[in-house]
Amino acid sequence: MMRTISSEEITKNIKEMCIEACHFLTKDMDAALKQAQTSEQSPIGKKILGQLQENLTVAGEEMIPICQDTGMAVVFLEIGQEVHVEGASIEDAVNEGVRQGYSEGFLRKSVVGDPILRENTKDNTPAVIHYSLVPGDRMKITVAPKGFGSENMSRIFMLKPADGLEGVKNAILTAVRDAGPNACPPMVVGVGIGGTFEKSAILAKQALTREIGSVSPLPHIQELEAEMLRKVNCLGIGPGGLGGTTTALAVHINTYPTHIAGLPVAVNICCHVNRHAVREL
Amino acid sequence: MDKQIYTPITSEVTAQLHAGDYVYLSGRLYVARDAAHKRLTEALERGEELPIDLKDATIYYMGPSPAREGRPIGSAGPTTASRMDKYAPRLMDLGQKAMIGKGKRTPEVIDAIVRNQGVYFAAIGGAGALLSKCIKKSKLICYGDLGAEALLEIEVENLPVIVVVDREGNNLYETALEAYRS
Repeated sequence: MMRTISSEEITKNIKEMCIEACHFLTKDMDAALKQAQTSEQSPIGKKILGQLQENLTVAGEEMIPICQDTGMAVVFLEIGQEVHVEGASIEDAVNEGVRQGYSEGFLRKSVVGDPILRENTKDNTPAVIHYSLVPGDRMKITVAPKGFGSENMSRIFMLKPADGLEGVKNAILTAVRDAGPNACPPMVVGVGIGGTFEKSAILAKQALTREIGSVSPLPHIQELEAEMLRKVNCLGIGPGGLGGTTTALAVHINTYPTHIAGLPVAVNICCHVNRHAVREL
Repeated sequence: MDKQIYTPITSEVTAQLHAGDYVYLSGRLYVARDAAHKRLTEALERGEELPIDLKDATIYYMGPSPAREGRPIGSAGPTTASRMDKYAPRLMDLGQKAMIGKGKRTPEVIDAIVRNQGVYFAAIGGAGALLSKCIKKSKLICYGDLGAEALLEIEVENLPVIVVVDREGNNLYETALEAYRS
């Protein structure tokens, strides 16, 4: 049996989720930042982590966005095969939600309509939408506004099979080291390994939306996540890039089968304002 | 060491600043980012007079979120400074003394800091709500059509910043890592 969801309901939820994500971090991010404040070894790093806590308080209490870069809206839609959407097209419904959220929520309009001509669209549309079809009659929506300080420091490495696990580790460390203070550490590092060029990038982006502290279901990847978090935190970059032991709060790695000739590794870096809101309709 | 300083940031002020100093900055400064820097540079190319006075000026690399009613500004943290690296040396040579942003700079910018007795401060990236509380007034100077990228003049009180590159060319981003690298 098909279940009907109206496009207005999608729009309304996307609007609310844009506003929510830009003012409140999820509980897991909040907890990870608090934990970092206790474990950080550098005095200046501790001070900065304290200010990030104050920042979150001010943002929530006074409804001032956590960061002025309220991002480009990345939206993941997992649509049940038995869902029928009534009204506007899904794409229009999502973009209308972004339009309303960014205007009513006093969020910054940071999108230009053409990457070369660069005229601001003035309503932060369009969103970047990733669709997937799943079994069932529900629609899961994840809204992840992505700031570009850290997006600009993200990388894709088209490694070869002979580069192996060592190559993967080097790629991750290289991306984080090069990002340094530019990516507003402490960061969350999303890694996609496998697939094709574009698949690895989407895996990396999805890895950023995982709950902080969640681990890969694959034992060898789980081990790699723990090792990379340790190694990243030995780089010395620290909060604000001013030296310290908290460079990343988490390294999340998602994988996919790949070609006999390839080993794509995408590293998508997010700042400490790792925003997302999740709802199920 | 914590210090209180006021704009205009002159050579006398930068002489007292060292990489690693934690500074509370008060006074008037300009706000500009990518598109405004491009326009300023294009105006110079055309031989036009600039809409701002660069002598001993401080530019905060920032593009705020919209202000709610009754507030001077929205969220207002620093943006990545390296995107202004292409433009900064020329503006420094014309009198600008200080830059506030976050992230690494090119050797060309560091040379321009040393040559002009300037300074590069970092503000805390991603703390836009907290930093906005230090901004008491905001005024549009020009390029209003750029929206979040317009050129503003703001008045700040005790804006917390850290000296990253001082006029001797010392670079905190390079030295600070050493202590915690393992």
